[in-house]
This record gives sequence, structure tokens and C-alpha cells, in this order.
Amino acid sequence: MMAQISQRLESAAWLAPWVRLLKGENPREQVSAIVRGVGVPLLAFLLFLGVWDAAASRIQTSLGAVPGPAQVWEQAQGLWLEHRQEREKAEAFYQRQEERNAKKLAQDPTAEVKWRSYNGRPTYLDQIVTSLYTVFVGFSLAVLIAVPVGVVCGLSKTMYAAVNPLIQIFKPVSPLAWLPLVTMVVSAVYVTDDPLLEKSFVNSAITVTLCCMWPTLVNTIVGVSGLDKDLNNVSLVLRLSWMTKVRKVVLPFAVPMIFTGMRLSLGVGWMVLIAAEMLAQNPGLGKFVWDEFQNGSSNSLGRIMVAVFTIGTIGFALDRGMLAIQRRIAWDKTADIR
Amino acid sequence: MSAEHLLIDHVSIEFDTPKGKFRALDRVNLRIGKGEFVSLIGHSGCGKSTVLNIIAGLLQATEGGIVLDGKEVNEPGPERAVVFQNHSLLPWLTAYENVELAVRQVFRGKKNKREMKEWIEHNLRLAHMDHAMHRKPSEISGGMKQRVGIARALAMEPSVLLMDEPFGALDALTRAHLQDSLMEIQNALNNTVVMITHDVDEAVLLSDRIVMMTNGLAATIGEVLSVDLPRPRDRLALADDSRYNHLRAEVLRFLHERRGNKTAPAVEEDSSTVIENGVKMPSKSPRKAQEAA
Repeated sequence: MMAQISQRLESAAWLAPWVRLLKGENPREQVSAIVRGVGVPLLAFLLFLGVWDAAASRIQTSLGAVPGPAQVWEQAQGLWLEHRQEREKAEAFYQRQEERNAKKLAQDPTAEVKWRSYNGRPTYLDQIVTSLYTVFVGFSLAVLIAVPVGVVCGLSKTMYAAVNPLIQIFKPVSPLAWLPLVTMVVSAVYVTDDPLLEKSFVNSAITVTLCCMWPTLVNTIVGVSGLDKDLNNVSLVLRLSWMTKVRKVVLPFAVPMIFTGMRLSLGVGWMVLIAAEMLAQNPGLGKFVWDEFQNGSSNSLGRIMVAVFTIGTIGFALDRGMLAIQRRIAWDKTADIR
Repeated sequence: MSAEHLLIDHVSIEFDTPKGKFRALDRVNLRIGKGEFVSLIGHSGCGKSTVLNIIAGLLQATEGGIVLDGKEVNEPGPERAVVFQNHSLLPWLTAYENVELAVRQVFRGKKNKREMKEWIEHNLRLAHMDHAMHRKPSEISGGMKQRVGIARALAMEPSVLLMDEPFGALDALTRAHLQDSLMEIQNALNNTVVMITHDVDEAVLLSDRIVMMTNGLAATIGEVLSVDLPRPRDRLALADDSRYNHLRAEVLRFLHERRGNKTAPAVEEDSSTVIENGVKMPSKSPRKAQEAA
């Protein structure tokens, strides 16, 4: 049992030297592995903070000096505090409403009571959640389109010849070019009195889809068209139907490539989303940055920098998440997936 | 004679190359009886695998064709199961699942779930793979992978089993084990087998007939040697057997004479009749196929 646990822990690369150190395996080597794995990146990060701090205080903008690490940290705490206060306010609101309605019902059981939802300002955390939701929807849509199209194009040279020029033309288009078009089309097509989804949300999600489907599409085509000749022969000898062949042979074979494409797509999608939200005014991180820029208070630059770090960290976390899934479903456990 | 089971009828194939048409095979003509084990041997690049791929339907003959049980075949199908040289198992499926894929495809609607399971396990047992049937190809040795490949092919209940240098990539010891397994299976099932090989000992040990191919360009059948050694055959006993050694020498002599001789004339135009009449065959005993008929 213990051995199993320590093996599991050792399989996580960054934990391995610590576990081995605790077990007393070749301490010298483990310490140098820890220094390389943790010490060096930490030192580099501290160095970066130092350079930033020194450079920031020398640059004066119309909103004051560029904030250093300390001011940014302050703003991060401020944003967290605002979030807490807003939540408390919301809770207090609901509590008051409940008391009021209970009182009304006690006096007259047939009375009509109104339940309203709290309409507070979205906090920084709400905006992060909105952004994640938007990118998730846009990315899922992209995968749902790109993988089937990629499989068809990968298996048929004719389809590939037909679709390839379109891919090459649309692949390099910036989200800033798509957004006005998407906005116009969505406002023309998506007409309802009671919209289930905000138009700004639909606009940003579709823009994300249009920009991030290409890596998945291209990688799916490459993965599928590289199908091992012998495996193709097996499916021919077995007379597998097209669907069975795709499900049992082609897709599993192409999964590593498809996943590489999906990771690239998610990265592109997250990057594009910020720009899309900025223009579409979808209440996410992009809008937050834009609002702070327009706001122009002395805190704004610091808050924007918090957003920069948040965006970077979330992008990193998304990629790691995809990597973890990829490792989990990979059939070739010996492959070096990074 | 109703022994004619598989007919390779004057098969020629041409490939398009930048320099024009390349005629790889020229009028390959062979009749194979039911239950017969035929080896195709020849130098590398002589078109052995091309012949096999044409029988399998993976390649189309430019002229001539393949007739199986009186019907022409020109597309791949499980009744001509192939054991590929590099096993060609789906790496994301276990040994059992690899065989299952074939069984579900071939016996859909003919066997129920329990019968299928029994049939899969039966074939894995035949190939001595029942002890590791829930392992993935990456977790078993090369020899074991090839056993699974054989189990998968057998599970299709093919009328012809095609083997493309099945043991070529294995070490000598593993190869010997697998050859013994194959002979054991062959004793039990009496399949019709066409096997490509470049191993003289393997050809003599396993075959009823050895078909020796001339070198390309326009490769064709050079000679056919009938192996009339009694079965079951034992490799150790045969090592000192004079007939075995004589047959071995015959094949070696043919291969040696053909080496590098690109323009060697093929045997006469109507080689098939000659072979069919047994004139070229050193054997005196009737062929096993004829017995079967």
C-alpha cells in the first residue's frame, strides 16, 4: 500500500525528488534535483520581480507611475475584498427579502410575494467565471465542428483538396476582424424577446470558435491522414463500415494529434477571448480590462496588471488540465507527452 | 479435379512510376487445393508480397485475377484473413479486444454474445495466448503479438489464411516456437494457407508445396517444389532426415542461381500446366490436396 502510494507520488515529476529524499534514496542527487526543479525557477521569478520593480517606478504615465509588484498585490487584495463585500451585500439582500416575504405571508397567506434576484455589479471573480464559461462554450463548439470535418478531410483526398484552401485563408484572420461580422450576423439572426443567452456572450463565444477551431482541424486532418497503412489494411480485410472504421481505428489512432490540436486551440481561444470580450462588452475579463482602461483611476493600471497575471495563470492552468486529460486517455503510455 | 480451391489465374500487375509502367509480376499462375499449405519464397523485392496482397484484394491485378471456390474476388474480405508481418494489432485494444473486433464483424447475427466470447477465447487458446489475453500489445513480446495476430486471423474462420512473412521480425527461438504452434494449429484445423517467407527451413518445415519466384522485373513462378515429408513433422528429427536436407538444398540452389540474375528467363509460357501435371515436381507421392479431394 505504502509502496503504491509512493509510486503514485513519484510519477508526478515535481514531487518525485521530495518523495525519494524522504525515503533516503541518494540524498545528494535528490537535493540537486529539487534545486533544479524548484530553486532555479523561484530565483528567476524573484529576479523578474526585482527588474519589474526597478523599471516600473521610472515610468510615469498620465495615471501615475507604473505599478510595481507591491501595488499590484495590493490591488489583487482589493479586488478580493470587493468580491467579499458584494457577496455579503447579496446575502443581506436575500435575507431581508425572505424576512419581508415571510412576514407578509404570516399576515395574509394568500398575499402575492415577489422574489427578486440581486442585481449587483459583477465582481472580479464573477468576471473570471464568465470568461471561463464563454471560452468553454466557444472551444466546445470549435471541437464539435473541427473533429468531424477533420476526420472526413483526413480520410478523403478530394475533401481535403476542397477544404484546404478555405482553412488556409481563414486560419490567420484576427478576432478583431471576425467580431464586427459576427455581431451583425448574430443581431440579424438571433432575435428573441427573452434571450436565454446574452447577445454579447454569443458574439464572443462564436468569435472564439471561429478563431480557435483551426489548430484542431489541421491536427485532426494530419493525424487521420497519417493512419498506419497496416491498420488500414486490417480494417479493409475486416470490411469495417465507414463509421466502425472511424470509431474503432481512425479516431483512437488520431487521438494524440487531435489532442495536441485541441490544446493549441484552447490556448488560442483563451487569448482571443480577451480581445473579443473587450469589443463585444461581454462581462468577462476582457471587459474588466477595458472598463479599467476607460475608468482611468490611480488604481486602474494595477488592476489591469492583476488581470494580466490572472489571464496568464488561467491559460497555463487550462493547458495543464488538457495535458492531464491527454495523458489519461493516451493509449501509448510510453510516449513523452508534454 | 475438385481440389481447386484457390486459383491465381495468370496474374500480372503494373505500377505507374515516373519512368513509366513497371511490370512487377508477369502471369503468375497457381492452383491451390483445399487444406494445402503453400509457401512463396524468393529474393527480396521479387513480388512475393505483391502476390499475397493481390490474393487478399488489397492490390488489384492489372491482368488476370483470383478465383476462390469458383468465384472471382477483387476486394478484401475476412474469408481471406491476413496475418501481417508486423502483427498490425490495434495498439489501444487488448489481445482479447483485437480478436473481438474481428469476431463481431464476421459473426454479427450468427453467434450470440456468449458464443462469441467462447469463440474468441478458443482461438486465443489455440495460439497459446489465453494467459495474457487482457494485455495490450505494448505489454507483450513480439512473438506474443504475432500469436494474437494469428488468433485474430483464425477467428475469422477464413477459407484461405494468408501470411505475409509472419515470423520474419522475430528472433530464431521465438520463430521456432511459433512455427511449432502453427503446425499444431494446422494439424487441428487443416486450413488452406499461403505463406510468404524468405526462410528456407521454415518453408520446407511447414509447406506442402514451395513456390519459388524469379526475381523482378516481371517476376513470376520459377519452380514449384512438392514437400512430401510425412506429418506431423518434428524439427529435430527432420534435421538428420536426408529427404528434408535434399529439399532444403533444392530451394537453396534455386535461390542461389537466381541471385542477382535479373533477366533470368521464366519457365515456359504455360508453366501452370507443367506444374499441374507434376512434371516439374520431384515428388512421387500424390499431393495432399488431391487426397483431400
